[in-house]
Order: sequence, then structure tokens, then C-alpha cells
Amino acid sequence: MTETIPCFSQTLEQHDLVLLRKQTETLQINMGLLCNQACKHCHLDAGPNRTEIMDIKTIDQVIDFQKQCRFKVVDITGGAPEMNPNLCYLIENMSDLSDTIMLRSNLVALYDLKDDRLLSVLKNSKVIIVSSFPSLNPVQTDSQRGKGIFEKSIQALLLLNQHGYGKTGTGLDLNLVSNPTGAYLPSSQKATEKRYRDILKKKWGIVFNHAYTFANVPLGRFKDWLRRSGNHDAYLAQLHKNFNPCTITDLMCRNLISISWDGFLFDCDFNLAADLYMGNKKLHISQVNSCSFENDVIAVDNHCYACTAGSGFT
Amino acid sequence: MDTYYKPEDLLKFEEIGKDAPDLAKKFFDYYGAVFSEGDLSEREKSLIALAVAHTIQCPYCIDAYTKACLEKGSNLTEMTEALHVVTAIRGGASLVHGIQMRNIAEKISM
Repeated sequence: MTETIPCFSQTLEQHDLVLLRKQTETLQINMGLLCNQACKHCHLDAGPNRTEIMDIKTIDQVIDFQKQCRFKVVDITGGAPEMNPNLCYLIENMSDLSDTIMLRSNLVALYDLKDDRLLSVLKNSKVIIVSSFPSLNPVQTDSQRGKGIFEKSIQALLLLNQHGYGKTGTGLDLNLVSNPTGAYLPSSQKATEKRYRDILKKKWGIVFNHAYTFANVPLGRFKDWLRRSGNHDAYLAQLHKNFNPCTITDLMCRNLISISWDGFLFDCDFNLAADLYMGNKKLHISQVNSCSFENDVIAVDNHCYACTAGSGFT
Repeated sequence: MDTYYKPEDLLKFEEIGKDAPDLAKKFFDYYGAVFSEGDLSEREKSLIALAVAHTIQCPYCIDAYTKACLEKGSNLTEMTEALHVVTAIRGGASLVHGIQMRNIAEKISM
């Protein structure tokens, strides 16, 4: 099936919508493209052969930026951020500078490192762990993330539960993220959370706080897979068909700044993957002298349809 | 017409309402209500629909409900098990009529 979809900016215009930044609340830090896994849905093409990681000089610049701006949330991502040797340094320095720190983990990197210091730093700073867990089915999980990943993910969740993560009253939040394991839209968040809660508890005694479902974004390795498997045009058409103008209000790009491993600013991690700089202007963190970006235009392209399909990506 | 079944026709399903809009509206409203969350979840209903789709051998329904099952969080093991349920019922329905065969045969045989 070959279908041409209108540009995302055209679709915004058709709905009389303009995508502008609101007050920035979240500082997302991409610690690098190095990852222990090479997941098929990765929009960044991260993997074990990537060498790009954020160096200490850039980390210090990011910390200085946060000292100046005091964004509410610090959101640490990658690649596998656990593989950056300065992760603990970043968390410890950010701890008093923000209300909330989140770490996006693929679980296996955290589990394989067996790094007691990192676990201790995460707990001391009450870092929220947001972990990838696409499916309750080992075949589906391994098909997206690599052989044996499901089993290791279960072991990692058990380990985190042992440390108090996901348990009531500990203040240690453990959230799960499910992306579809193919070229289709995600299931409802409410239904997925209920099912995950029931089955993880029943089969393994695992508990968690929330489960989120997000559409895969047609960039990087996922885009390559879509093209190779002949699903690209149909997937884009499906995202476009499910465009929901109500998602625009709460899109994450409106209140988030994403900083790449080499210190450049983007409206979100997907634009980072697409080399689409914040507001279409290439700006390094060392050049930023403001904390206010309100009403700045957000850079968009057709991958943005993934965040506006159905109930959206916030 | 080179084939009776074209995948793109599935997307035109709503056009069936063009010459009988009231009836189509009643049908699609009912259809939507049937598949919304009830005591059975949307995921369970999609698995039932997938199984029935194979029973009535409707390629449109198989296409639609394979995707729907995956989107609702089912996996291929569950979907295959659902097919075996309808296969068992279809096979069982044939086999249980064997009792009728036996009854008739016994009645007319010495």
C-alpha cells in the first residue's frame, strides 16, 4: 500500500493549530547513544557499537544550566544512561536542583552492571525509574529488544522490588513503558496497566507504580525496519489517520528541552534523533543565556504524527 | 475486476451506508457498542472476533482483527490458541453429528 500523507505542519494548519512552547518544566538529558542493546524500535539507532556519550565538560554545562533555570524535572535518557561512567555524578549534582529526577532504563543495563553504588545513588535521590517493558510475552519482547531480554527484565524488576522500587510507602517509583512490538498502534494505557499489574503480580510477584503505552516513532532503526519490512507507508498512514488534535495541548515538546550527548538543544528526543534543532536553530548549551523559551515555535516533521495519534505521547 | 477481495476495500466499509444511511448508522452504532469495554475487555472481544473471523473465513475480518488483537496487547500464542478453540468447535460440530449417523445406521441395520 502506498499512501501520501500531508506534512505534519499542514495538518496543524488544517486544524488551526500552532505548536508553541509553554513554560519549560523538564530538562531531558541524553547521556549518549551507547547502549547494551540494539532494539528494533529504537528511534536513535543506539547500540553497543555507538561511541557517542556525554563527556564531563558537557555534563558540567548541563548542571550549570539547571542551576540557572531550576526546571522541575530532570529526565535522564540514552542509549543506556547507565553506561555513561558519570551518571552518578550527574544525579548527585542534580538532586538538590530539581523536584524530580527520572531515569529511563532498559532494565537490562541496570541489572547487568550490578552496580551497588548506582542503586544507592538512585535510591538516595529518589530517582523515578522509567523502564522499557513492551510485552508480557517473552517472544514479543525478545523480538523487539533481543534474545533473552524478557527474562533479564523480569530479574531486573524483581531486583528493583527488593530495593523497594514500586512498593507503597517507599517513595521509590517504578514505572513501565510499553511500545508495540511491530507496525501497529499501542493498546490503551488503562487496560495495559491493569493487565500488567494483574499478571506481573500473579506470575512473579512483581509490583510497579504506573504503566504507560506509547507509539513507536518512525525514525532511526525503527524507520529502517519499517522500510525493510514494507510497512513504512501504511504505518505513517495509520498514524496520520489517528491524528487527534486534542493531544496538542499536552505534548511533551511544549514543556521540555532535550539536550543531546554533545550539548545541543532540541524540542524533544525525537527531534534530536532527526537532527531537528530546537526551533530550527542550532544552539549549544554553552551559548544559552535564558531560561524562558515560551511562545517559541517548535520544530516539527512527519515523525510528530507518532505523538499525536490516538491518546498521544506526553 | 481481477479479484473479489481487495485490502483497500476494508477502509471503505463505511461507504456501505451510502444508499441506506439509517440502517448503516444503526449497524455501526451497535458494532461500536459491542466492541467497547464491558464485563469482557476490548482485548478479549478482539480475540473472540478473530476466532469468528476464521470460522466465517472473512479476509477483511482476519486482517482487521489480527491488527486489533496486537493493538489490544494480545500475542501470537494467544491468537493461535483462539483459532484452535474455533477449530475444536468446528471439528466437534462435525463429529458430534456422528451420533445422528450412528442412530440412523443402527435403526436400519440388523
